[in-house]
Amino acid sequence: MDSQTDLDTANQPHQQASSISHSVEEAYQIAQTQGFALLDEAIDEQRLKDFLQDEQCGALATFEGWVRNHNNDSKVTRLTYYGYEKLAINQGKLIIEEAKRLFDIENAVAIHRIGALEIGDMAVWIGVSSKHRYPAFDACRWILDTIKADIPVWKQEYYQDEPSKWLSNNG
Amino acid sequence: MNITVLYFASLADKSHKGSEPLTLETGTSLNELYNSLQTRYQFRQQPAELRVAINDEFASWDEAIKEGDTIAFIPPVAGG
Repeated sequence: MDSQTDLDTANQPHQQASSISHSVEEAYQIAQTQGFALLDEAIDEQRLKDFLQDEQCGALATFEGWVRNHNNDSKVTRLTYYGYEKLAINQGKLIIEEAKRLFDIENAVAIHRIGALEIGDMAVWIGVSSKHRYPAFDACRWILDTIKADIPVWKQEYYQDEPSKWLSNNG
Repeated sequence: MNITVLYFASLADKSHKGSEPLTLETGTSLNELYNSLQTRYQFRQQPAELRVAINDEFASWDEAIKEGDTIAFIPPVAGG
């Protein structure tokens, strides 16, 4: 049970994992050409929607993941996401490619944010375009579930009255 | 074999490192590598709780370690 101070002074080991090595522009290029990237600043969802815009498509399904103010009974004050960037980009590419095989969609793109986030910030954005609506909904959900299972991103939550914790998606 | 190990999340907390270069005997397995690191840094996780990545791709625990590899032990993820 490390104290807040211990974790702050030991922040060095996490420095590389809390920011991206690419420029922001490169990150968007990677997301648009390969399907997935990490970003360490607020996600420009309009830019991603504009990228997916397609006259052949009748549907766009999107998902936004927001930072919540509670986790069960604990009051969350802020959190930090850390990522293994290269593995995340490689794995994200596989996820988007698989989504295109599994679902009748035109295109899909997702970005996960890392670094320090405040309550209400957007942690992840997923967008899927398709000719018809059901594949867009289905693919969007599948991509989210698979991101949660496979993308190497970790979350450290900070609370009002308790020590911070590393969370995992499987409890 | 000269390799690099990357540490993330609670493993980075325990080791106080984001990465380190290591020299291993040829033929060292991923299990042997993790066991020695677990002992050195008092990692709480058992291998069954972790995934492993070699050169920025997920790998299986029975893959061989080669000269120059970058290896990461992946604690349970929490994205999305």
